[in-house]
Amino acid sequence: MNVMQLKASDFESDQEVRWCPGCGDYAILKVVKTVLADIGHSPDDVVFVAGIGCAARFPYYLSTYGFHTIHGRSAAVATGVKLANPDLDVWVVGGDGDFLSIGGNHTLHALRRNVDLNLLLFNNAIYGLTKGQYSPTSPVGTRSPSTPGGSVEQPVNAVSFALGAGAKFVARGADTLQTHLPTVLKRAHDYKGASFVEILQNCIVYHDGAFGAINDRSESQNVTVRLEHGQPMLFGKENDKGLVFNEQTGTFDVDELTNLKSEDDVAIHDETNIDRAFALAQMEQPGHPVPLGVLYAEPAAEFVDARGFTGTKGAWDRDALKALL
Amino acid sequence: MAELSVASGAADTVRKPPLVVRFAGDSGDGIQLAGLEFAKSTADAKSDFMTFPDYPAEIRAPAGTLFGVSAYQIQFDSDEVLTPGDEADVLVAFNPAALKTNLHTLKPGGVLIVDETHFDARGLKKAKVEANPLEDGSLDGYQLITAGVVKRTIEALAPLELGRKQATRAKNFWVLGLVYWLFGRPLDTTEDWLKTKFRKTPEVANANILALKAGHAYAETVELSAVRDFAEPRIAKHKNKSRIISGTQAMAYGIAAVSALGKRDIVYCSYPITPASILLHALARFEAGIRTFQAEDEIAAVSAALGASYAGSLGITASSGPGLSLKTEAIGLGVSVELPLIIIDVQRGGPSTGMPTKPEQSDLSMAIHGRHGEAPLPVLAPATPDECFWIMLEAARTAIGAMTPVIVLSDAYLANAASDWELPDIDAIPDIDWPEYKPNGAEFQPFARDPNTLARPWVAPGTPGHAHRIGGIEKSSGTGHISYDPDNHEEMTRLRAEKIDRLTARWPEVKIEDGPEDGDLLVIGWGSTYGAIAQAVKELNADGKRVTHVHLRHLNPLPRGLSELLDRFLQAVTVELNTGQLCSILRSEFLKPVECISQVNGQPFHVSKLRDEFTKRLEAPGA
Ligand SMILES: Cc1ncc(C[n+]2csc(CCOP(=O)(O)OP(=O)(O)O)c2C)c(N)n1
Ligand code: SF4
Ligand SMILES: [Mg+2]
Repeated sequence: MNVMQLKASDFESDQEVRWCPGCGDYAILKVVKTVLADIGHSPDDVVFVAGIGCAARFPYYLSTYGFHTIHGRSAAVATGVKLANPDLDVWVVGGDGDFLSIGGNHTLHALRRNVDLNLLLFNNAIYGLTKGQYSPTSPVGTRSPSTPGGSVEQPVNAVSFALGAGAKFVARGADTLQTHLPTVLKRAHDYKGASFVEILQNCIVYHDGAFGAINDRSESQNVTVRLEHGQPMLFGKENDKGLVFNEQTGTFDVDELTNLKSEDDVAIHDETNIDRAFALAQMEQPGHPVPLGVLYAEPAAEFVDARGFTGTKGAWDRDALKALL
Repeated sequence: MAELSVASGAADTVRKPPLVVRFAGDSGDGIQLAGLEFAKSTADAKSDFMTFPDYPAEIRAPAGTLFGVSAYQIQFDSDEVLTPGDEADVLVAFNPAALKTNLHTLKPGGVLIVDETHFDARGLKKAKVEANPLEDGSLDGYQLITAGVVKRTIEALAPLELGRKQATRAKNFWVLGLVYWLFGRPLDTTEDWLKTKFRKTPEVANANILALKAGHAYAETVELSAVRDFAEPRIAKHKNKSRIISGTQAMAYGIAAVSALGKRDIVYCSYPITPASILLHALARFEAGIRTFQAEDEIAAVSAALGASYAGSLGITASSGPGLSLKTEAIGLGVSVELPLIIIDVQRGGPSTGMPTKPEQSDLSMAIHGRHGEAPLPVLAPATPDECFWIMLEAARTAIGAMTPVIVLSDAYLANAASDWELPDIDAIPDIDWPEYKPNGAEFQPFARDPNTLARPWVAPGTPGHAHRIGGIEKSSGTGHISYDPDNHEEMTRLRAEKIDRLTARWPEVKIEDGPEDGDLLVIGWGSTYGAIAQAVKELNADGKRVTHVHLRHLNPLPRGLSELLDRFLQAVTVELNTGQLCSILRSEFLKPVECISQVNGQPFHVSKLRDEFTKRLEAPGA
């Protein structure tokens, strides 16, 4: 595919954006346009496939090709797009209901199949479009129209789910972190295979503040750890805290740097280590900083594109058909 | 004329073709294999034929049980053969269970070949049989041959020192040898096949060949007297080469033809389900032209197929009833975004899991109406295994030409039944035109329509300068932008319906298969009932009756001329393996009286039943 000189505005569609004012989806849209311009593929070679939900309206707001499909099935539709034309740059967008509830099965299989798709899960821990019912990522106790006494179900951790499904690229970002998110999306795009990015997204109407300080730009550094391959996992406004790997439990402990013998005790992020990725994925607030960035990227994983499926040696002609019969 | 007479001490019966042979035994007995070899030898004998395998739903049911019985039936003749036959002239039963469940298919006085090995207390008990039928006189009305198949197979293979169990496996070929002798058939086709099939294990090939020859020799020594010249060459009907083909294989070739004649890759997406999986298996073997994708469920299968069509391939998906239920939402999306898509439904007995291996035609209403909202789409149905090839071409032309999902209704009978297939003349089939959008200078409108067909343009991602968005929300006529405008929705609903209705102009007018232009009884069939209806009508008309057969390949919309045709007959009746779904549709569509001859027992119609039903109606109109 050709790389061109493009601007974010080249990816703007002529459609009026209809999200609620203040919705985190606007911030993500802005980042995606910048990233697409940076990648430099013509909008004609890029496809956005989405299911149903607020997040899933995404394709209408870009100038690329777009297919707004049905609730939960976007990953399956996108797989078909890729089967037909492996050269397209295919992105899949959906909410937590779309990807993890009705479409959980398709997300699982798209990830383990490792078709070259970029899957963006906009997690707002609520069903936005249907007016605020709790979702599979809502924390226990979420009060919603369908759980007036507070939800009782254990939520699913999206990145753990993805790793468990066998995803080869798993990352996390947040809507408001406008310098961090683009780097994550760019990495996701460049990864050959199914890349999964959870984007923590604030639904200002039905679940405002669901992620606490994480996507509050001034506080975020205290409650998140920015993962960088080969770098020590330090966090806090002053970088004064670190993650220490506990060999006994196989999990990460948090410690103040002042308590440590040396800075070398702070664990170095190795995005190619699946066990560490699982340990990172388990880290939640309170108690642990929430990891942002690339949790896992399997090096040189074999990805599947249409050419890997059977019968891909090109269309037949009459002579080939006669020979077959 | 070829005839078969078999004497075993009983009456000296003379049998005339058409002849029917049925093999029945445990699913592990190699029944289907023996049947298929018999069919090949029938083709070599230049007879016409039709076969039908009758499988149990269980993969390997416990040996000797009633529910583990597998059968294979073939009818052959020097004339055209339209069905696998109502009743058998020769029945092979490998055990008491097979005898019990299949004896009713044998004609009175028919030849009954029984392996008595398993007619001991244990075998009888497994088949829930009280008295031994070989001893209680209940088989007196048949020409019984108790051949001691297992014992003789083991004896014959003794020189090979295989051990009992191994040797016993060849018993199907021993019986086949005996049956070949009955019909004066040579053994070489099967011998050659065994040699190729077991190239890598010549000892297996040898054992089976030895058994085949031993069965043949046994028949000769005990002098089961038979006429040897059955294999009378038929008048060459086929110009082209021919081969044995099941509906499934024909459908696979049809899909290959769509790829070859359209010069595009096909993306075939499916989730395994009986009896549709065998199509996936057949397609997965092709090396080019078709990308097969085994999805995680039927929803993913149809969604991926639709995604493939969106991206410019033709997406095809196949399933059976339960799978069609799962696919409905995505099919509705296909109707809404107006993309081509082919959905094959290999119908089986329902509801729910129903009878997975048995044919039924009970998904017609669902195919036509089974989606939320107003979501009309074309529905087609092949009538014979041979037509399974042609229907795929028709479905592809329809889907692409009208930019619409198309449902093709096959069934468990068509999928498995096999006949001699005249290879199509590929050069005589026109290309499938893949529409190329030609920019006309004006702004691109994804929902502007062709004035004749009302089809919208198909512009796949990757096409420069035409990036656009589509989706299941109502679209503004022309621009395709999201629209909740009331008048627009009304217009779009009517346009989508009109587009489908206009297909009748491109489709052929209703055609009479057999019988006069007007008369006493109009018989309307669709799908796999073709052979039985055609045979019954042929026989009645030869008797001077006035019965007319039409067979619908286009079920929605209905073909031109059908309404007028109904007016020209005293009575009209549909023949359906359901409780009258086409009948209801015809009544509501035309407001004319139509009755239904219905059967829902998981079996194809018998010709004799239809002959009786038609006769009854001719004798007492309106009864
Ligand atoms: C088959 C089906 N069931 C239910 C719905 C209703 N529905 C639309 S979006 C949605 C959930 C949206 O939540 P999420 O996926 O998290 O997206 P968000 O709106 O929060 O971005 C539901 C239940 C539907 N459109 N289709
Ligand atoms: S409901 Fe929530 S998620 Fe949906 S648009 Fe409004 S703010 Fe955004
Ligand atoms: Mg949500």
